[in-house]
Amino acid sequence: MAGLELLSDQGYRVDGRRAGELRKIQARMGVFAQADGSAYIEQGNTKALAVVYGPHEIRGSRARALPDRALVNCQYSSATFSTGERKRRPHGDRKSCEMGLQLRQTFEAAVLTQLHPRSQIDIYVQVLQADGGTYAACVNAATLAVLDAGIPMRDFVCACSAGFVDGTALADLSHVEEAAGGPQLALALLPSSGQIALLEMDARLHEDQLEQVLEAAAQAARDVHTLLDRVVRQHVQEASILLGD
Amino acid sequence: MAFVALSEAEKVYIVHGVQEDLRMDGRGCEDYRCVEVETDVVSNTSGSARVKLGHTDILVGVKAEMGTPKLEKPNEGYLEFFVDCSANATPEFEGRGGDDLGTEIANTLYRIFNNKSSVDLKSLCISPREHCWILYVDVLLLECGGNLFDAISIAVKAALFNTRIPRVRVLEDEEGLKDIELSDDPYDCIQLSVENVPCIVTLCKIGYRHVVDATLQEEACSLASLLVSVTSKGVVTCMRKVGKGSLDPESVFEMMETSKRVGKVLHTSLQSVLRKEESLGPKRQKVGFLG
Repeated sequence: MAGLELLSDQGYRVDGRRAGELRKIQARMGVFAQADGSAYIEQGNTKALAVVYGPHEIRGSRARALPDRALVNCQYSSATFSTGERKRRPHGDRKSCEMGLQLRQTFEAAVLTQLHPRSQIDIYVQVLQADGGTYAACVNAATLAVLDAGIPMRDFVCACSAGFVDGTALADLSHVEEAAGGPQLALALLPSSGQIALLEMDARLHEDQLEQVLEAAAQAARDVHTLLDRVVRQHVQEASILLGD
Repeated sequence: MAFVALSEAEKVYIVHGVQEDLRMDGRGCEDYRCVEVETDVVSNTSGSARVKLGHTDILVGVKAEMGTPKLEKPNEGYLEFFVDCSANATPEFEGRGGDDLGTEIANTLYRIFNNKSSVDLKSLCISPREHCWILYVDVLLLECGGNLFDAISIAVKAALFNTRIPRVRVLEDEEGLKDIELSDDPYDCIQLSVENVPCIVTLCKIGYRHVVDATLQEEACSLASLLVSVTSKGVVTCMRKVGKGSLDPESVFEMMETSKRVGKVLHTSLQSVLRKEESLGPKRQKVGFLG
């Protein structure tokens, strides 16, 4: 595709990163006091907030209650000013509903729902600025928020996107790289066991190259796990200092 | 609105405290909670601001887009408001649950800006009847801890102060076709004057006295409130009574006087903080939600 060169001859991407390099990640837990759990993450220029309410009683119809486990309810919303072009509706459109369902599928695999039968866990994700990798940022923020709420999980859920350009797999795509139209893979991983919670791929990719792209995404997700682990430990340390332990 | 369940004893406690000019957190009746304002939080926008007032958290983004002026006002640009009450604040706002409150707040914002002096709309005009700037002001309600209207109006004022609209020139060639040229320098922008942008002061009537900046618990004890929109010179642009109770005409006049007094102080402190932040320049360390 003429115009922008996504990978230069020396191996540098548009923003100066190497092929397998992640963007700068900064995160914070406990952003809001009134919610049960909340977290904020910045992955490069993508900013996402996640808030968790629960486990609490089922809202709405009692018939939806599951007798042996908790119901996980997710909503994905992106602010109208988050993208370059102003969005008319923050949520309720097809893409947001689909993202909500994907988040739900991801977290039902990780949260120990058997411990809270007949109750509901709400995970609300808000994207404040979208610069590629919004699904991954939302999953990472939601993991931190669920941990902040104290809801038991099987493992961290770490997500990352990956693409394929000129025979090389790229990790953590930015908006420019996503808009170029090449194959994109979104992966949500439980790092300790290596189990995949969600795998989604767009556009055409030869099956011989799939393993390379999958491995790049998995390695990036493991790198994200190292960072998130550090954030959680630091948060717990700060909280215990405040409690005077 | 997010509500908190209070027992009768707690309500009586709050009402009696307010009679003595002592509120639950030790403030007086005319004191605001500590307000944190930060601008330029979201980089995709022409201007943005985040306001944290106690447990109330608001994020406002302003996007400037080119469009055609309205038919009845061909020489002016205009503002469009949209308020999103996100589910972050309370689970009741999930899906369409927050639409009612969002529409109410957006309509109030339209009313307070519906006068000639608040924002200089003529400066938003590029060529009469053809092109003008439309400022889309999007408010995102992240956490609801009482006193939404005040926090939102402070955030809107801060975001408009932070808005940078690119300077454009209209070139006309021989056939009379107009072409719009954007200036090459990304820092060559017009800045709006927010001297006359009003702020809302909400006064809640609790017992026989009224309080400024009520928390969720105090709002649960009050039956009626008065929203007054005041500019920095003390001019009232809009007034509205909300709540299911009724207000005495005497108390309405008293509340208006209080709001003018409190509003002037609010404006001076907000403007000094915004100027101080701007003077730190582009090298200022941005905190956002990470601090």
